[in-house]
Amino acid sequence: MTILKITYLWKGVIRLLKYLLKRLIQGIFVIIGISILIFIISRIVPGDPARMALGPSAPQKVVDQLREEMHLNESIPVQYVYWFKGVLSGDFGKSLNTKRPVLTDVLEFLPATLELAFFAGLIFIVFSIILGLLAARYRDTWVDGSVRVLSYAGIALPSFVVAVLLILVFGFTWKVIPVLGRLSNGYHVPYITGMVVIDSLITGNLPAVGDAVKHLLLPAFALAVGPLFQEARILRSSLTDNMNKEYVSVVTGYGIPKSVIMRKHLLKPSFIPVVSVMGLDFASLLGNAFLVEKIFNWPGISKYGMNAMLSKDLNAISAVIIIIGLIFLLVNIIVDLIIASLDPRIRLGGN
Amino acid sequence: MTSKIDNNLKTKDMKRKPWFIKPSTKENLRQYWYKFSRNKLSIIGLIIVTISILFAIFAPVITPYPQHVREYVDYSSAKLAPNSEYIFGTDVYGRDMFTRVIFSFRGALYMTVIVLSLSVPVGVILGLLAGYFNGTWVDTAIMRVTDIFLALPPLILALAIASVLEPNMTSSMIAVTIMWWPWYTRLVYGMARSLSGEYFVKNAELIGASKAHIIFREILPNCLSPVFTKMALDVGWVILMGASLSYVGLGEQPPTPAFGQMISDGSRYLPDLWWLTIFPALAIAFIILGFNFFGDGVRDMFDTGR
Repeated sequence: MTILKITYLWKGVIRLLKYLLKRLIQGIFVIIGISILIFIISRIVPGDPARMALGPSAPQKVVDQLREEMHLNESIPVQYVYWFKGVLSGDFGKSLNTKRPVLTDVLEFLPATLELAFFAGLIFIVFSIILGLLAARYRDTWVDGSVRVLSYAGIALPSFVVAVLLILVFGFTWKVIPVLGRLSNGYHVPYITGMVVIDSLITGNLPAVGDAVKHLLLPAFALAVGPLFQEARILRSSLTDNMNKEYVSVVTGYGIPKSVIMRKHLLKPSFIPVVSVMGLDFASLLGNAFLVEKIFNWPGISKYGMNAMLSKDLNAISAVIIIIGLIFLLVNIIVDLIIASLDPRIRLGGN
Repeated sequence: MTSKIDNNLKTKDMKRKPWFIKPSTKENLRQYWYKFSRNKLSIIGLIIVTISILFAIFAPVITPYPQHVREYVDYSSAKLAPNSEYIFGTDVYGRDMFTRVIFSFRGALYMTVIVLSLSVPVGVILGLLAGYFNGTWVDTAIMRVTDIFLALPPLILALAIASVLEPNMTSSMIAVTIMWWPWYTRLVYGMARSLSGEYFVKNAELIGASKAHIIFREILPNCLSPVFTKMALDVGWVILMGASLSYVGLGEQPPTPAFGQMISDGSRYLPDLWWLTIFPALAIAFIILGFNFFGDGVRDMFDTGR
C-alpha cells in the first residue's frame, strides 16, 4: 500500500519536473523575444544614440569614434547580436542619467522594488484569502456585502489615485505613518541584501525594522488594494459555486462534518481560479509600481525605470524591461506550479 | 453533383442570420435585454455609459466655459474653492475645473474608440488564422509573438513605447494599441482552435468551401460574443491605461485636459487646493466603474450557460 502511494507520488513529482523544464525552455525563448522587442523599440527613437550619450557639445570626431565602438554603423540585426551578447554577460551599457553602468544601477535599485512588491503581494494574498473565506462563510450578510462594495472601489480607483489620496490623508491631515522614502532620518542599516526590513532583521536592529515596515505600509497598500478585494470576490464565488456541486452533496450525504468538507474537499479546487488571477495581478502590480514608487519617492527599479523613460535613457529602459520580464516569468512559473499541484488533472498528466 | 452541393450551400447561406446577432428576432432581443437587466448594476452601468458618451459629445454645449480648455489665464478667478458659479472650483490659472473634467471624457472615450477599433480586428484576425491553421508555422509564428507581448506587464510595455515616441495623444494611443491586440489573439485562438475541429467546419471543408469562407463565415461568428464581452469589459481598462500614461506626462499635453494629467498637476497643490485632484479622481472612478458594470451586464447577456 505504502509502496503504491510512493510510486504514485514519485510519478507526480517527475511530471512536475518535466513540466517545469518545459516552462523554463519556453521562458528562455520568451526572454529572447522580449530582448528583440525592446531592441526594436529602442531603435525607433529618432536621433543618434552616440550623440545623445555624449551631449550636443561633443566634437563630431568623438561621436564617430563612439558610433564605431557601439557598432552603430552595422546593420540592425548585427547591432542586435552585439547588444544581446553584452546583455548576456551583464553589460547593458551606460546610463545617460547616472553615468554609471546600468547593471550597477539595477542591482542597487532592484532590492527595494522586490521588497515592496513582495510585501504588497503578501498583503493581497493573505487578506484576500481571509476576506474571501469570510465572505463565503457569511454569504449574503454585511460581510459579503462590504467585500463586494470594496471590490468595486478597488476596480474604480487606479493605484496611482489611491497613492495620491493616501498621501493626502497621511501626509497632511493624519500624520501617523511616514509617507515618503524607505527609512526615517537617524536610522542606519548596513547594505546586505538591499531589502531594508531583512537587513535590519539580520543585524538585530529592531527599531529600524519597525520603521522600515511603517514606510512600506502605504506604498504597498496602494499597490495591493486593487487586487485584494477582487481576489476575495473571486475566491468567494468559486467557493460558493463549488459548494453547489454534486460531489459536495455526496460527501455531505455521507455525514461528513461541514468543517472537514470545507478543508478537505472545497478549498483546493476553489483556490485554482484565484491563484491564476493572483499571477496576473502581480504583473499589473509590477506595472503600477512604476507610478506608485515615483509618487512615494521609493528608490526602486521602477522609479529608476520611470525616470529613464521620461528622459529617453534607452540602455536603462531596456535593462529594466528585461529584468521585469524575468521577474514576471518566474512568477508565472511559480503560479503554474502551484496550480499544477492544486489541480490533479494537470498534476497527473492528461489535459 | 456539383450543382447539388452549390444548392446546399445556397440554402445554408440564405438561412444564415445576420452575423452580429445570431437570431435577430424581436423575441431574442427581448431575451438579451432580460438577461442584461436582471442585474441592477448593469442598468446603472448603462446609465453611466450613456451619460459619459453624452458628456463627450456635447461637452462644448453643457459646460459653462468651453474656452477654458485652451490656453486661458484669468488670475482674478484663480484657486477658487467649489462654489455656486464654479461647482468644481478653479485651477491655478483661473480655469473652471468642471469644464475641464467634462472635456476629459472626450479624450478618454476618443482614445478608447481608436484603440479598440484598431487592436480588436488585428487581434481577432491573427487569432483566427493561428487557431484555424493550428499546428502549422502560421500558428507558431503568430502565437510565439503573442506570447512575447503577453510576457510583460501591460502598463510597462505601453510606458516604454510611449516614452520613446513624442509625448502626445497619438503616441499614447499607438502604445496602448500595440499592447492590446495580443489579448484578443489569445482569446480567439483558443476558440478558433477548438472550433476548427468541429463537424460543421470539417463539413464545409469537405464540400470545398474556401479557407476565407471557413474562417470568416463559419468560425468567426461563433467567436463573436466573447469578443464583444471582452471589448465591453476592456473600455474601463483602456481609460485607466490612458490615465496612467497621461499621469506621467506621456499622454495628452496641456492645455488640453486629461484625467491623469489633471491629477498629477493637482497633487502638487495638496492639501490646500484639494478640488484639483479629487474631482478628476472621482470622474475616473465614475467612468471606470460605469463601464465595468456595463461590461458585466454584456457578459451576462451573452452567457448561454446555466
